[in-house]
Amino acid sequence: MPGKLKAKIVAGRHLPVMDRASDLTDAFVEVKFGNTTFKTDVYPKSLNPQWNSEWFKFEVDDEDLQDEPLQITVLDHDTYSANDAIGKVYIDIDPLLSSEAATVISGWFPIYDTIHGIRGEINVLVKVDLFNDLNRFRQSSCGVKFFCTTSIPRCYRAAMVHGFVEELVVNEDPEYQWIDRIRTPRASNEARQRLISLMSGELQRKIGLKVLEMGGNAVVGYLQCFDLEGESGLVVRAIGTACTLEKLSNSSAAAPPACNSPSKDIKEPPFSEDPNPNTHSSGPSTPLKTQTYSFSPSKSYSRQSSSSDTDLSLTPKTGMGSGGSAGKEGGPLKTLLRQQTQSALEQRGASSSRIFVRTREFPFFTLTSFPPGFLIHVGGVVSARSVKLLDRIHNPALGNTRSYKLLDWNSFAADEPETRDAWWEEIRQEIKSHARALGCHAVVGYSESTSICEEVCILSASGTAAVLHPKFMQEGCLDGYSDPSRLSRQPATFSAGSEKGEFDIFPQSKDSSAALGLEEPSPPSCGFCHIPYDELNIPFPAHLTYCYHCRRQKVPDVLFTTIDMPAEAAVTGKGCLIQARLCRLKKKAQGEVNATAISNLLPFMEYELHTQLMNKLKLRGMNALFGLRIQISVGENMLVGLASATAVYLTALPTPGGIQIAGKTPSDITYEQHISNMQKKINDTIAKNKELYEVNPPEVIEEVIGSPIPEPRQRSRLFRSHSESSDEVSELDLSHGKKDAFVLEIDDTDAVEDIHSLLTDTPAPAGFYSCNTEIMPGIYNWTSGLQMFTSVRVFRLSNANLTNQGLNKIFNDLCENLLKSLYFKLRSMIPCCLCHLNFTVAVPEDELIQVAVTAVAMTFDKDQAQENWKLGADKTHMKAIVENEEQLQFPLELCTESPSTNPFSPCRGTGLQESANAHATPRAASVDYSSFADRWSSWIELIRLKAQTIRRGSIKTTSSLEKASPLPEGRSRSLRSTRSYAGSTVAVVKMTPLSFIPGTRIIKYLGIINMFFIRETTSLREEGGVSGFLHAFIAEVFAMVRAHVAALGGNAVVSYSMKECVFMENPNKNQAQCLINVSGDAVIFMRESELEATPAPPQTSCSGGEVTT
Amino acid sequence: MSMELDVFVGNTMLLDEEVYKLWLDGYTVGDAVRLRLEGGVLQECEASEEVLHSDTMDQFRTFQMCERFLHCPSKLANQLLFQIPPHRQAMLIERYYMFDSGFARELLGKKLSKGTKKDLDDVSAKTGITLKSCRRQFDNFKRVFKAVEELKGPLVENIQHHFLLSDRLARDYAAVVFFANSRFETGKRKLQYLSFQDFAFCARQLISYWTVGSVDSMLEGMDVDLEKEFLHDLKDLKILITDKDMLDQHKSLVCAALRGKIKVFNEMEGNFKNLSRALVNIAVKLTHTKDVRDLFIDLVEKFIEPCRSDRWAVGDIRLFLTHYTSTAHKLDTFRHLVIWDRYMGVVKSCILKMYHD
Repeated sequence: MPGKLKAKIVAGRHLPVMDRASDLTDAFVEVKFGNTTFKTDVYPKSLNPQWNSEWFKFEVDDEDLQDEPLQITVLDHDTYSANDAIGKVYIDIDPLLSSEAATVISGWFPIYDTIHGIRGEINVLVKVDLFNDLNRFRQSSCGVKFFCTTSIPRCYRAAMVHGFVEELVVNEDPEYQWIDRIRTPRASNEARQRLISLMSGELQRKIGLKVLEMGGNAVVGYLQCFDLEGESGLVVRAIGTACTLEKLSNSSAAAPPACNSPSKDIKEPPFSEDPNPNTHSSGPSTPLKTQTYSFSPSKSYSRQSSSSDTDLSLTPKTGMGSGGSAGKEGGPLKTLLRQQTQSALEQRGASSSRIFVRTREFPFFTLTSFPPGFLIHVGGVVSARSVKLLDRIHNPALGNTRSYKLLDWNSFAADEPETRDAWWEEIRQEIKSHARALGCHAVVGYSESTSICEEVCILSASGTAAVLHPKFMQEGCLDGYSDPSRLSRQPATFSAGSEKGEFDIFPQSKDSSAALGLEEPSPPSCGFCHIPYDELNIPFPAHLTYCYHCRRQKVPDVLFTTIDMPAEAAVTGKGCLIQARLCRLKKKAQGEVNATAISNLLPFMEYELHTQLMNKLKLRGMNALFGLRIQISVGENMLVGLASATAVYLTALPTPGGIQIAGKTPSDITYEQHISNMQKKINDTIAKNKELYEVNPPEVIEEVIGSPIPEPRQRSRLFRSHSESSDEVSELDLSHGKKDAFVLEIDDTDAVEDIHSLLTDTPAPAGFYSCNTEIMPGIYNWTSGLQMFTSVRVFRLSNANLTNQGLNKIFNDLCENLLKSLYFKLRSMIPCCLCHLNFTVAVPEDELIQVAVTAVAMTFDKDQAQENWKLGADKTHMKAIVENEEQLQFPLELCTESPSTNPFSPCRGTGLQESANAHATPRAASVDYSSFADRWSSWIELIRLKAQTIRRGSIKTTSSLEKASPLPEGRSRSLRSTRSYAGSTVAVVKMTPLSFIPGTRIIKYLGIINMFFIRETTSLREEGGVSGFLHAFIAEVFAMVRAHVAALGGNAVVSYSMKECVFMENPNKNQAQCLINVSGDAVIFMRESELEATPAPPQTSCSGGEVTT
Repeated sequence: MSMELDVFVGNTMLLDEEVYKLWLDGYTVGDAVRLRLEGGVLQECEASEEVLHSDTMDQFRTFQMCERFLHCPSKLANQLLFQIPPHRQAMLIERYYMFDSGFARELLGKKLSKGTKKDLDDVSAKTGITLKSCRRQFDNFKRVFKAVEELKGPLVENIQHHFLLSDRLARDYAAVVFFANSRFETGKRKLQYLSFQDFAFCARQLISYWTVGSVDSMLEGMDVDLEKEFLHDLKDLKILITDKDMLDQHKSLVCAALRGKIKVFNEMEGNFKNLSRALVNIAVKLTHTKDVRDLFIDLVEKFIEPCRSDRWAVGDIRLFLTHYTSTAHKLDTFRHLVIWDRYMGVVKSCILKMYHD
């Protein structure tokens, strides 16, 4: 009996009128947990009842505490007939079970009814008294923290990353039970909501148990999904990364680097800033220690990065010589193809030879960004898909139960989850072997998804093959690929004194680095690009060149990954969102035939998606993709594929060649002309894009050899690479015959279409950027404007005989128009960036395509960007300084006497800047920042004044005045909006799909938010049609998420995502139904300015650059 | 081939004031899109008409969902459905309750009944305001009226408190409520030249000086109704015209004061008795509800029109009324000075406001 749950019903407000005669309501409340129910008194004749109930106490197992939600039902008392339900509130009490999260849930919750939506609000207080249970065989896992965030949560540090955890639970879908025929839609919806809530609770508990078993205390990157398999049941599955997290004390706020806004992270040297997990692994370190420690690595590091920078500046013009003329057979593409073809074979082999492996053996990480030093090399994207037929549940016992309580899976239907487990096991094995083929022992940015249509299910998994620093991981976490002797060394390192630990991280002596399997420490700004696989034994034909950044190791010509761009990576210019979109018709079929048809189509779709991605990447003159997410959805008569990623120009990778068009029939003159026209268009677009995204790779300086500073550690091969690339031509000349150009052969109309579609992608309007990663590479100066949104569109294809091309065009337009719409709607926020643009496609019905987008628009300071850009011009000058100072090799002195480099510190995140910052102490850097902040804030005052006068002016003229005001409206709005929330009775809750909020610091994580709602209507027209219905529902979901967060005491949700949005309609019957599943992390954040107001350690001053009002 | 569904929902309500205005003005989505196109939105941001349509639809839907909160503005601040920054909330409310003075002018003094609502299409045709907008404005009038008609305390403050309106707008509503309650006649042709603001000013005068609340600003005061006792006492002013001596004395005092100061002295002198009779008769008649309703028409017919035909300047009128009021204090036998001042103060400012073309 290890827990006592207490709930108190305080009051209600805005209740609906339930009694037409009196226009009032006689409301009372039922509070239910498990099988126990309490009731309040009836509060007669009021729409704003004050129950002020006693504390209802439930004495329960902590197992139940984890599984069950607290269920609050508001009813209208009726003397003569049955009481009418007004609505319900489900409260997940999990956040109360962890000592570090929330302690009380208290606040106004919307009363939700699946038919009527939100109907008033109820004020509830919930507490939990938890008794410690030290039973080793316990079934509960209270206290394990869950995070949706796919990085180490800010304000924690990872002492240890244990690895992959997964679990799934299965049940029959109440919607498909026989009982559903006789019960009301409301009862059925509520049964479903409750069941899913129970299942996610159970799932979380089970995962928690696994984590405890592994010795961890948290799950990061927790990704939970539902598979609505219809007749065959309901699967709730989750994956995550088990970690041991340690909380960074608030007092040392100066040190908690990770809590800073990423802008900071990037601006500042990663090493002095970040509480390097390495140090932590060597025992708890005080902030002071962290500080002192930060010198040595940053010293060695900065030297490296600046030296590599030197190289960069001295490198001959890029894009030449051995540059990647990968052609259609680009590296990652090939990988994927190979996977497709090999998968069948491998699967067979795997399943036959497989001994039952524990999940631990999957070296997978759901994280997408990592502490510095964690990620050593990145191999490329690995993915696997498999098509399965869902079979019906053959268990009559299940169909008859009406019980809400989860059935015990151990005793019956045991093979059901097993089957699903085996399916995923298969896929994971495949992923693992792909990673191995790329010379990688781990997969990062790993995710799994499904697409279901009738009885066919596509399971997909993808991730990025990578080599991780073994130091961070528990022994055995990575698979046997790595030399066991190497791993066995690790514990020794851990136990070593902190001093030793520090130095071991980036071993300076050659042999220690060799022992770690790293030939040489790679600079952080390019190290991850270096190929992990053996050059002589490349798994696919790729063009390798020496790294353009450090010149020491080989890099591929393009790099595709599913992770966020490492903060320390050197990029040129800004990034942009790239999407490949594709539809393929397929015949309607049933069962096996259908499944076979789909699996035959899949490889072609993947191939085409990759070709599109590659073309679009080249068209933008960029060379790497981050956050790649390929979604293939299956419908009855088509497959829809959507690949989204953020393209960037990685300084370390070679300049991409252009796209060259080659015709098959060169005899025809008009045809030739046509081709050369097209070629010209393409070249123009590339040039335009380069300008737009500021992709102008550092002009490579010719006088390499004559460089006054020959790096002592550079090897002869560096020079070899120079000589190789000496025969280059001007980079913008993309004319025929260039060997590094990417050749597109036009051999049929398809190809022509492809090229057209390539060119129809309209760039974002001026002032807008977009990406699907957390932040936009190349933008660092975020301001506080924030607007999270969800947009859903459903398109009906009425034309029965569509061609693939026609369909593609429709789908392409659908996505493009959606983006255009977003740009238009958010125009008041310019300059802004749409971050974490997450597209989901579905084919809900025969002729419907549904696209849902969730993203956040964030404002940034353009002026600063420009300023920096100008500063960038002075780079060469600055470089000289850095170089000279470099030569002195007195880093300590530089730390105190480097004001000369300060003015340059806020410049773009090139390797150069990092090196500059690495030298400047944070304090010195702050001088520059704060002065900027001053200027900024005075400007804000100005805006505010203006805004006020505008408002004071006559109302009639307001709009015109505002229009006339030179300030973008959104800017002043966002500033104003932060001003006076205090007066409002409803606490403001920010929502963002990112793991942070710019200009703020997350001071506490309150627990995971994982909510599932169903909404149904039988009066679709009256509710404004499908759009009106869904609009209201999404708004309601937001409202409920905000209310729950506010009740936990939070003021934001980070890592918010809408996992599921299943919309079904039947306009003829005037009906519609929608299911939405959302998740995120409830947090408390504080503005950095507020934090500074409190006595802060000296280092915080470096956060002055953030604009907060 | 059609967009079946198209929604955009922001965590913080995203709204364009211009679109809000179009919605309030009762335009259909199609018309609103056209007007936005003409307004040149697309020039500031490249987009297609389709995009504009989708955006307009979204916002119209949002406003529609918000409307029920706007009916009870205090709810807007603590509803949970939409997250709206406070200054935006204030803007939404203020704009929602703002009315066209042309519309208000038409409705002034009319009973806010279903019958009136049915006739709104005439008002719409006359004023050029869409019927939808007329209905909204009418419903606003009625809602405000219902909410405050029975309330004690200062009318303007009551309105402000209940509807969170700006001071200025609350005052205008007070006028609307006041006129609707007392049903003053404003529709006669002779009164057509008066604007809503003219009447609103007069209403403020009446509220400030002639209602129960004006004497006793304590809570029990009712701002909506004219003070019965005061109206009754006005009968006593009759002596000013019935007592011949007093009338003559009054005339000579006024003439003495105005001699050489106004251009229309002769006309004034010749007409003094008529004018004085007119003003006093209006006062005396105010006991009857029917005559209260005719207050403004009486002022125009009996005083303003004669003056206008004699081409009095506003300054002349001001001087005349000032002295006409003040010299009454010098009349030996006239004792109802408090009532007199209270009456004339309001009548004077009303006449001055109403004396224009």
